[in-house]
Amino acid sequence: MAAKPATRRAQLEAAALYPLDWLEERSGLVGATKYFLFRKVPRDTNWFHTLGSATLTAFLVQAITGVVLAFYYKPDPNSAYASIQAITNDVTLGWLVRGMHKWGASVFIILMFFHMARVFLFGAYKYPRELNWIIGVLLLAMGMLEGFTGYLLPWDQTAYWATVVGINLNATAPFLGPFLAQFLSGGAEIGSDTLSKFYSLHMLVIPGAMFALIGLHLYLVIRLGVTSPPWSDDAAGRDRDEPAPPAGGREGLVRPGGRGGAS
Amino acid sequence: MNEHETPHLPPPSLWPLGFAVGIACILTGLVVSTIVAVVGAVIAVVFGFLWIRDVTAPVRAPAGHVEPEARTAAAPVTTGTEDEVATYPRSTFLSAATLGLGGVIGGLITVPVLGFAVLPSFTNQDEPNVDLGPIDEYPEGQFVIATYMEDPEVGEVTRRTMFVRNNGRAESGEPSFTILFSRCAHLGCPVQPNGPILEDEKKTVGEQGVELTPVQPAGFGCPCHGGQYDTEGNRTAGPPVRALDRVEFSIREGRLVLGSFYSVSEVQGAGARARIKKYGRMPPGVHVDGPSAWLYPLGVPE
Repeated sequence: MAAKPATRRAQLEAAALYPLDWLEERSGLVGATKYFLFRKVPRDTNWFHTLGSATLTAFLVQAITGVVLAFYYKPDPNSAYASIQAITNDVTLGWLVRGMHKWGASVFIILMFFHMARVFLFGAYKYPRELNWIIGVLLLAMGMLEGFTGYLLPWDQTAYWATVVGINLNATAPFLGPFLAQFLSGGAEIGSDTLSKFYSLHMLVIPGAMFALIGLHLYLVIRLGVTSPPWSDDAAGRDRDEPAPPAGGREGLVRPGGRGGAS
Repeated sequence: MNEHETPHLPPPSLWPLGFAVGIACILTGLVVSTIVAVVGAVIAVVFGFLWIRDVTAPVRAPAGHVEPEARTAAAPVTTGTEDEVATYPRSTFLSAATLGLGGVIGGLITVPVLGFAVLPSFTNQDEPNVDLGPIDEYPEGQFVIATYMEDPEVGEVTRRTMFVRNNGRAESGEPSFTILFSRCAHLGCPVQPNGPILEDEKKTVGEQGVELTPVQPAGFGCPCHGGQYDTEGNRTAGPPVRALDRVEFSIREGRLVLGSFYSVSEVQGAGARARIKKYGRMPPGVHVDGPSAWLYPLGVPE
């Protein structure tokens, strides 16, 4: 009598796990996900280490709300402003999604700076993570470009003249500045091409590059591990019961020994 | 411990400090005085050289003494020497061919697409010859705001505004007009006339619906960052780097017709007697003369 429910339970478990096993056998994705989620991080990570994930979340919010806004937005000089008004006032929940995208943009930029400050102050940019800092700087530049190109899209007076000023700021760069400005505005003055060009850059070119760079960024985070805080006695990736390495044992990868020569 | 477990860092060096001071002197000198910039350039070059010498010292270090290779005479030749004849295997050919073909296909796709992405911004940029109406509409010695849409189909975004003044006859006896383009020479905001705009006397002339509004400006001012200009378009205050851009004109059958835009550093004299050195049209914020103009040697294609 007692064996029967146990068998049924085992059968149920097998049935539930079958799709996962099927997937794992053919792709290894389940194992990869487990490795990603359950990889070792230093015991004394703290809330500051969540700023990178927070930035990623803000980026995903921007990506998703942006895609939905593109359902209703019309990148044409004669209807762009009206379509923004329609999104804000007429389309159901449009005000909310547009608000998320508009304010989320600021949140994204601010979180990027907080994340950057954390990495800088924790010394997490040092060997062997210099490349990830460089990728992060590229992502920051891309985020700024997103802000610049997205600002024009509401197509009101603020958007128009702010973009005129922004493009002409680019024009003052030495040598190729005037060419860059003329490329951005699609001619000597901002016109209909400028709006569709900025729209294309804003929702295809730059986000695509950002997705690729974020992929690289995360790959390096997983490959190199998370840094301990500067005050840590712990080495990254060490088991709880494994003894701390002797001072200087893995210099460069982690802070050798720890402050005050612990252990 | 292998070499990958030690940080790959250059040795500490003080030369970058001097290099940075040099760069700072150059940038300050560009604004303040050329001599400071030259001194800064010398400092930057000297310290840059020392820095490079410092950083590359390990690489340039003389190679260590190497024992000459000694060949033992009795080395027996074991495996077949025929195998060691330089060959060009099939796999090398195939991978080279794949890479080469891939490169050619990639280039065939990339070059036209890149051209399509960039070139339209620089080609077919001719300004249309806009008809600003009969010259009788422009009373001598007075400014008129002329505003029109360059391409009415595209709409308001192509609206352009000119400040036009009939200067009467020049010494040569030909009619003279001052036509200032309303874009600020700082960063391109719309410059406004400082003076009463006579909205009641607004007229619409010509096929393109050019609106003419008389105005009595004491000068022109920009709302964005406070740039100020006099009635010749010369900068009097604020951040603009040159005078307002101007537009060439012609008179056809008694009507004022706009020509191409040009940039001006500073206008000498006034009205019909003004002496103007024309430069090709440059974006706002860009110097057209003086040392700062050396930063923009390429200009922009017309």
